[in-house]
Amino acid sequence: MSVTYLGMPPFPEAAAAATGDERLRGNLRHATRTIRDKRAAAVAELADWSALRAAGAQIKDRTLRHLDHYLEQLEAAVTAAGGTVHWATDAQEAGEIVTRLVRATGEREVVKVKSMVTQEIGLNEALEQAGISAYETDLAELIVQLGEDRPSHILVPAIHRNRSEIREIFRERMGHWGRPAPDGLTDRPGDLAEAARLHLREKFLRAKVGVSGANFLVAETGTLVVVESEGNGRMCLTLPETLISVAGIEKVVPTWQDLEVFLQLLPRSSTAERMNPYTSTWTGVTPGDGPAAFHLVLLDNGRTDTLADQVGRQALRCIRCSACLNVCPVYERAGGHAYGSPYPGPIGAILTPQLDSMETGLDASLPYASSLCGACYEVCPVAIDIPEVLVHLRERVVQGGTATVRGERTTVRPARGHAAERAAMRAASWTFDHPRALRAGERMAARARRLVPRRLPGPGRAWTDTREVPQVPAESFRDWWRRTRGTAGGAPGSTTAHTVDDGTGAVGSTGRTGPLEDPR
Amino acid sequence: MRVALFVTCVNDALYPRTGQAVVTLLERLGVRVDFPEAQSCCGQPQFNTGYRHATEPLVHRYASAFADYDHIVVPSGSCAAMVRENYPRIGARAAAEGRGGRLAAAADRAVPRTYELTEFLVDVLGVTDVGAYYPHTVTYHPTCHGLRVLGLGRRPRALLEEVKGLELRELASAEECCGFGGTFAVKNPAVSSAMGADKAHHIRSSGAASVCTVDNSCLMHIGGLLSRAGSRVRPVHLAEILASTEESPW
Ligand code: SF4
Repeated sequence: MSVTYLGMPPFPEAAAAATGDERLRGNLRHATRTIRDKRAAAVAELADWSALRAAGAQIKDRTLRHLDHYLEQLEAAVTAAGGTVHWATDAQEAGEIVTRLVRATGEREVVKVKSMVTQEIGLNEALEQAGISAYETDLAELIVQLGEDRPSHILVPAIHRNRSEIREIFRERMGHWGRPAPDGLTDRPGDLAEAARLHLREKFLRAKVGVSGANFLVAETGTLVVVESEGNGRMCLTLPETLISVAGIEKVVPTWQDLEVFLQLLPRSSTAERMNPYTSTWTGVTPGDGPAAFHLVLLDNGRTDTLADQVGRQALRCIRCSACLNVCPVYERAGGHAYGSPYPGPIGAILTPQLDSMETGLDASLPYASSLCGACYEVCPVAIDIPEVLVHLRERVVQGGTATVRGERTTVRPARGHAAERAAMRAASWTFDHPRALRAGERMAARARRLVPRRLPGPGRAWTDTREVPQVPAESFRDWWRRTRGTAGGAPGSTTAHTVDDGTGAVGSTGRTGPLEDPR
Repeated sequence: MRVALFVTCVNDALYPRTGQAVVTLLERLGVRVDFPEAQSCCGQPQFNTGYRHATEPLVHRYASAFADYDHIVVPSGSCAAMVRENYPRIGARAAAEGRGGRLAAAADRAVPRTYELTEFLVDVLGVTDVGAYYPHTVTYHPTCHGLRVLGLGRRPRALLEEVKGLELRELASAEECCGFGGTFAVKNPAVSSAMGADKAHHIRSSGAASVCTVDNSCLMHIGGLLSRAGSRVRPVHLAEILASTEESPW
């Protein structure tokens, strides 16, 4: 089962459709720009931000290096505190475990705290198939759920909606799920929040089972941490009799002291707050206080495979703050849905294909969903070099190589549909490694310069649909230099072992390859 | 001090005036500059599209073409960033793949001597006033790799501020990518053009007659959009502004 939604087209197609949706672009522009500026201000307040950021990255890296150790420590601590730990290899297994646990309580409905990982495993759908209703209680998740929509942002899943759209969804759909929206509902944020509050209160008070994710798992004590803004999480974590938490194995941190770093990095990066309104922590069960039964489902679903990749593994540091989405110019224009998975934006472009082992056409297109501008890396609170990982994954797409797939070291074949590009790239490299051929090519282009049409056919159309092609000059720089300065300036690199063709005719090189041969 | 110009393949083939401007400028500042003809392309398009192996011969070529120079001056933020950021990675990966340390050694030789043009002017020559004269309104777009990978910071602006006659106009959302991104421009043309259209809009709103960057590849995209939209704003590389003087306007 892949992390991407069924039937999603490759990124460029879905993104192209989204760029034409003026309302969507307006909603996204407004929302991301507001958050972007606030985040920058919240971060600027801390003089030691870069040290915090480095510490966050180091704690995560070190924990990931010894993940087996910390996971066992976590399991022992959770068990000792009265919880039960379950291990899930993939999404399907995790869904089955949760379904079985809910069934065992005899209940037919659960309330949910907003969680990325339960979306990743398609938990609501799995529960629905088993006849169990899962109610989202985060305001934005509620909007998405009522609207039978998909989330388009990690933190603000309904970012693609404006308030008048939200009012319509509440008016039309709330009644199907429980308490209907009040008569005469306006689109004032306060009124919309009140309608949601009344609707949800009913659910909180009735539910016997709560389902959550976790932001952090503290190995030394077996403590789970959920960070949220609305208090719905606190309700779901304390009122039900049974609490089932699902978390990716990369969420573990060794000690409480490590939280000091992340509880500063996360709120400032995500909501631009110094501190988030609600931070809930719980350790196993406490008789007479909160849920009497607690289950922790630890999910792999491609994480161990990702961990095996020395460059790609940094994606596992992610604390899902969504800062990278908010600054991403591609996300702002393409919207979250084009990324085809619960993980949109720059982090989605590197995480989804890795969790999926690059199995779908969409997976293979995601690493190209970036201009490599580097804005994401700049804001990432755990310093994930997203452009580096994107390029690394592009390599897996076009060049193949080795990767770990479901625990096995596997030779990966290049993805389909890149043969012409591969030939062109190799030909370009060959030409660039043979300056005489390059010079000849440039002269040919200069002679044909007046023949270049304004609109190119074939793949060139992708450029000329919106942009003029540059005019080819009558003379290349190379020729200008030779004409005005002679060849005297060019000092051939004869002092090193690798002799090169200096374009003067004295070709003497090692290991020459033709343009279509593999240069390795 | 032996100084070489790495003109870059885009400038060589499409924007020779930029290379000529660098030569003119450096010679005016008393620097003798060479153009080793063995140079070609840094390999950025191939590398960034995923063809790391196809990039390797170009790493060797770069290192040997410039082996005899103390300083390699690059009038392109993204090509300088390619050398500085990615050559060491290419070397390390080749070594990790059991193919020895030759690429890593080549990268080691090339990286510390590679300077983007404004770095060379400000850090090595220690000048911001290069005696230029350019009586036009200009807005400056800091291109992503210069801004975020090289960390050029204020260098380009510091140089522009000293140009006589030049009036600098502020650019809204200046630090946002123009949407070029190499092969991104044709792999995701809709998003690339949408980003570029917003950039072009801000450039036109600045009221400047020219838009200036340290990267002609971004300017090719921005300029292509501007002229398709019928705008008269002129794209111009920073080197060409700095080369311009009262006696010989560029
Ligand atoms: S990749 Fe970094 S910036 Fe993006 S969501 Fe994860 S932690 Fe936040």
